[in-house]
Amino acid sequence: MSRSAAMLIMGVFTLYFLTPIWWLLTTSTKTGSEITSTAPLWFTADSAGTFLTNLGRLFAYGDGLFGRWLLNSALYAGVGALIGTVIAAMCGYALAKYEFRGREAIFNIVLSGVLVPATALALPLFLIFSRVELTNTMWAVFLPSLVSPFGVYLARIYAAASVPGELLEAARLDGSGEIRTFFTVSTRLMAPALVTIFLFQFVAIWNNFFLPLIMLRDQALFPVTLGLYAWNSQISQIPELRSLVIVGALVSILPLIIAFLALQRFWSSGLGAGSVK
Amino acid sequence: MQAMSVLSTPAEAPQGAPVTRRNRSSGAQRRAVALFIAPFGILFLAFYAIPIVYAVIQSLLTVEREGTFGRPRQVFGGLVQYEQVFQNTAFWESVGRVLLFGVVQVPIMLGLALLFALLLDSPLLKGKKFFRLAFFAPYAVPGVIAAIMWGFLYSPSLSPFGAVTSNVDLLGGNLVLWAIANIVTWVYVGYNMLIIYSSLLAIPTEIYEAARLDGASNLQIAWRIKIPLVVPAIILTAVFSIIGTLQLLAEPQTLRSFSSAINSTFTPNLAVYTTASVPNYNLAAAFSVVLALATFILSFVFLKSTQRKVTQ
Repeated sequence: MSRSAAMLIMGVFTLYFLTPIWWLLTTSTKTGSEITSTAPLWFTADSAGTFLTNLGRLFAYGDGLFGRWLLNSALYAGVGALIGTVIAAMCGYALAKYEFRGREAIFNIVLSGVLVPATALALPLFLIFSRVELTNTMWAVFLPSLVSPFGVYLARIYAAASVPGELLEAARLDGSGEIRTFFTVSTRLMAPALVTIFLFQFVAIWNNFFLPLIMLRDQALFPVTLGLYAWNSQISQIPELRSLVIVGALVSILPLIIAFLALQRFWSSGLGAGSVK
Repeated sequence: MQAMSVLSTPAEAPQGAPVTRRNRSSGAQRRAVALFIAPFGILFLAFYAIPIVYAVIQSLLTVEREGTFGRPRQVFGGLVQYEQVFQNTAFWESVGRVLLFGVVQVPIMLGLALLFALLLDSPLLKGKKFFRLAFFAPYAVPGVIAAIMWGFLYSPSLSPFGAVTSNVDLLGGNLVLWAIANIVTWVYVGYNMLIIYSSLLAIPTEIYEAARLDGASNLQIAWRIKIPLVVPAIILTAVFSIIGTLQLLAEPQTLRSFSSAINSTFTPNLAVYTTASVPNYNLAAAFSVVLALATFILSFVFLKSTQRKVTQ
């Protein structure tokens, strides 16, 4: 294959991947009527001003519901992924670096957990949470999100490859406790894997739809995806929501894009860990 | 799955042995292991194991009423719900639909991901970092948002591709499944590309130099060396794609406000959601169990059969 053919393929697909996002950006800078009356993929004369007006309306609508949703998502995904990563890393590390009874059995159970579809868990979780009257609370979405079998799998593979046993022996001889060694020495060596696990779990929670959909009734508890979904399904009754949905969609994808850009040095080196075996 | 025999291997030190430094530290290690595993173990039990068991139990119960208007009472119904699952044509139509979807979409998506990964890894491209980021960017867009966005792009009145959308009804009954396939492909190609690409990066470059000395072309190197070596990564992405396909929910549910061609049982998960909101929890639980089993078996069989091929 020639160089120009390769560049042509990549160029065409760049358009495929970026045009929808570009459209979202240009359309966010238009008023409701301009959306249909102006060139879809370009800005208008007063784009900047309209964009600010749209943003203002977005965050003002329904007593600032949208800002609330963003905060909820940040809480569910940010805190959930942070705690979930620590928990998964501890478990994967133990499975990689210690010999003990039932180790393979535990690992196999966790591995089969990777294959269980999260949506199949949502309904039974809803039934259990409704027994203990936890549905329609933040806990109902937050607590199940802490569990990441894939995180344990990644942590185990990465710990086995990147934390040398001799180092742990040396730490032991120095009198460092196992827990302290993990948090001060091992986590540093596992850093790329930890960032990868965090990002995967963050994305998984941020994107999770079924769990909040069936758990939450109160709009104030919605993550931003469910909120925008709710607005989108009301567009036929309330047409003004259309431009809010478009601006809201743009605002809601910015945090993830920023997170990926900021952390790419780490995740791109950790990503291989799961696939190479 | 395998290696359950580890359970019977005695790991403890023989009783009555003198307490040495080694034994003391292994006691500390055992406590550490328990501490490391407990948080995940407890959460896994609470939010994975118990819900699965609970779903199975619920699926075996049925609601009985005393008289027509009597108080509803849950009684053991055996496999009554499962009989209903198997008689439910809407559910099986939805299963057929996602299987068709998967058979077409997954190979296309992974084929593209492999092509992009190979191009990124080849000496042919300039600006690799830009392409990598551009292709991966859609992964940052949640399924719901991607569906809303493409829903607008597919709509004749809003679409920047009016020439296409006003002539072809992308949201109509014949094409809407493939409209969804396009959304899923758009979101996940870059993610799969990166997984394959990072496993290509892990191949030591000496192999290529040796092949080049033997007169191999770039294409031959890709076909004979690179692709076979990234098969494990492709298998991983395939398993995740299979799971994803059977779980389809956010995209079709969101597109329902753009398209009347998507009914309330369009995908198996939509059927579960619809049944649960009727509400018939027992039947919905049975759907969930069947779906989880199907996903599990499909992924497992795929994993096992491809692994055997690889080792041969």
